[in-house]
Amino acid sequence: MFEPKIIGFCCNWCAYAGADLAGINRNQYPPNIRMIRVMCSGTIEPLYVVKAFKEGADGVFIGGCHPGDCHYQSGNYKTQRRIVLLKRAISEIGLDPRRIRLEWVSAAEGQRFARIITEFTEEIRKLGPNPLKLSGVENGI
Amino acid sequence: MNRIGVFICHCGLNIAGTVDVKKVAKLVSDYSEVVYATDYMYMCSDPGQDMIKEMVKEKKLDGVVVAACSPTMHETTFRNTIASVGLNPYRGEIANIREQCSWVHQNTKEIATEKAVKIIEAIIEKLKLDKPLVPLSVPVTKRALVIGGGIAGIQASLDIADSGYEVILVEKNQSIGGHMLQLSETFPTLDCPQCIATPKMVQVGQHPKIKLLAFSEVEEVSGYVGNFKVKIRRKASFVDWDKCTGCGFCMEKCPAKVPSEFNEFLSKRKAIYTLFPQAVPNKPVIDSNNCLYFTKGKCRVCEKNCSLKAINFEQKDSFVEENVGAIIVATGYDLMNKAEVGEYGYGKYKDVIDGLQLERLLAPAGPTEGIPYRPSDGKIPKEVVFIQCVGSRDPEHYYPYCSKICCMYTVKQAMIYKHAVPDGQAYVFYMDIRCNGKGYEEFLQRGIEEDRILYLRGRVSKIFKDGDKIRVWGADTLTGRKIEISADLVVLAMAMVPSKGAKKLAEKLRLTTDDYGFLTEAHPKLRPVESLTAGYFLAGAAQAPKDIPETVAQASGAASKVDSLFSKDELYHEPIIANVDEEVCVGCGICEVLCPYEAIEIDEQDKVAKINPALCEGCGTCCAACPSGALELEGFRRKQILSMIKVFAEV
Repeated sequence: MFEPKIIGFCCNWCAYAGADLAGINRNQYPPNIRMIRVMCSGTIEPLYVVKAFKEGADGVFIGGCHPGDCHYQSGNYKTQRRIVLLKRAISEIGLDPRRIRLEWVSAAEGQRFARIITEFTEEIRKLGPNPLKLSGVENGI
Repeated sequence: MNRIGVFICHCGLNIAGTVDVKKVAKLVSDYSEVVYATDYMYMCSDPGQDMIKEMVKEKKLDGVVVAACSPTMHETTFRNTIASVGLNPYRGEIANIREQCSWVHQNTKEIATEKAVKIIEAIIEKLKLDKPLVPLSVPVTKRALVIGGGIAGIQASLDIADSGYEVILVEKNQSIGGHMLQLSETFPTLDCPQCIATPKMVQVGQHPKIKLLAFSEVEEVSGYVGNFKVKIRRKASFVDWDKCTGCGFCMEKCPAKVPSEFNEFLSKRKAIYTLFPQAVPNKPVIDSNNCLYFTKGKCRVCEKNCSLKAINFEQKDSFVEENVGAIIVATGYDLMNKAEVGEYGYGKYKDVIDGLQLERLLAPAGPTEGIPYRPSDGKIPKEVVFIQCVGSRDPEHYYPYCSKICCMYTVKQAMIYKHAVPDGQAYVFYMDIRCNGKGYEEFLQRGIEEDRILYLRGRVSKIFKDGDKIRVWGADTLTGRKIEISADLVVLAMAMVPSKGAKKLAEKLRLTTDDYGFLTEAHPKLRPVESLTAGYFLAGAAQAPKDIPETVAQASGAASKVDSLFSKDELYHEPIIANVDEEVCVGCGICEVLCPYEAIEIDEQDKVAKINPALCEGCGTCCAACPSGALELEGFRRKQILSMIKVFAEV
């Protein structure tokens, strides 16, 4: 079976803490995701997402604080706007925009985090491998 | 080349039960630039930490990865460990292989082991590029600004001043005291507020460390924790307070009569007036909207009667600037505008009043000297109806929150009313009775048993005038009966809302508020007196509805936070902040607009972004937006993240 590779970016204050809580609760989820901690979802550059796909990731997960709860006041709103554009951009180069998933996860939503990651992993599994990887683009750009 | 050591924790079986730690240690020891890797039962224990210290020395490590629990647990612990043997603490990183690996992949042990290796490798890549960082130090101006001179501001000012630090207390009215001074008596002990609060006011007025700026408002605040610059508007009082002795002769002679705000419009004051006789400072101001000289061009009676020549009709607003290190916001509350509630006849019927108005009627120093003559015809009311939760706990129409003090002050008012009018009857329509403070429930029981206050559980449906009576229709939901009372006076327990102007002030101070304008605390449970913006502290009802004991406790809490801030000569700021490569920056200014802390400014001369490191909170929003890649967040630099991505995307 195809085992997707998913790279996750989580903000330090909400989503990363939510992911930690999933651990504390022992909420199990598929091991396909590998997490990078950032201070705020607003610091996630579009370049990071593009780089992840270029390097062969099959999906990218981004977790931030719920609207209004951003530790830095408004970083998550900026992320939201960037991700909308980025989804449009990646579909131009032949990637399904569903390969990027932005979710607001609070530090209290461990169970929900596990559920989202499970769903997302299944969704990426259905979408199949990153087509750029198959076409060898990762060596090209 | 780095010399990296990797220390893998078993955490008992928490990690080792799922992840094959021995295998992980062996695999990562072959990773590039790793000179030592080992595993241990409990890394955070003393022997565990000692092992790290010894290895740092023995193997001459210049960076350490601890693969263990979440960085929120022990990042500080291990950074302190390596700092104790001379390594820069920011050359220590945590690989989270417990919360985000062993605990969530318990059924796939082999895959969890592989994942743990990947997590550690990615963190090693990050560590390779970690620069040694030094926390930034900024000097602290050991003076505090307190905004609002109610009981919260008074208490906070006195506490800070008694600790030996200077305080500037800004009050918008001409006297401090706030709403507490309007009250008749205070629950649950029935002390008179004049007796307990005026001594504190006098202390404020006389304290050598407190600079009281009454009749003033904060105009502008710039700077950051430890180093604020505040511009304060001193409103024109038209009286030279330096000359005035507060003799009061001017007020006596003033011919203008204006409804008194302090007495909640139940009596008249003059156009030149103090709020109340015990005012601090006890100096009058001229209300230029109602002064005959200002409105009609003639009079100046006060001027003629002032032998000290203190009246100055030419006075203008002036400004003072103060440097402070911390700011306490204690702007208090107002009652909800009664005109908003149409259904209870407020405004239509003179004898429908609010809680603060009744306080004035019951106050011995009030307009009726404590005998509650009703406003319409001055009769003593024999049947008084109190209606609870007017505007509060009403999400459909007004405010969803509980105003917290009304249950208690209604008991108190009904009690004091009964003491003044022993043959009268008090009725209270309530939704629930919330008496959850020390001595509160006993106080309620006393009201019901001794003063025979009649509690009716239900809402009032209609109030209308019937001769000189006010008919109140309501329901008693406990007996299921309709209730009709022919009342002489109706008292509405209006919702508490943030004081007028508090919202605007919050915007000036860049403080966040909730949907209703109450200031937001940094954490609802663990940091209730701090604001999210460093250097700002909250006290009293500006943060949420509160009674006096709670307000005073919070004010003292805020003051002690300020004291502890001032106990240091310098403040240390996390060095995880944005950095500009001035060679690359083109000065486009996108970052300047995005920064939520106003920490970035474009230098007009050099055409580059300049970051104020003391203001930067390290969110990194600017870095993500920088089109030329000139901005980097220390500790999370672009190359670090990209190298982590590379490790994670590898097969």
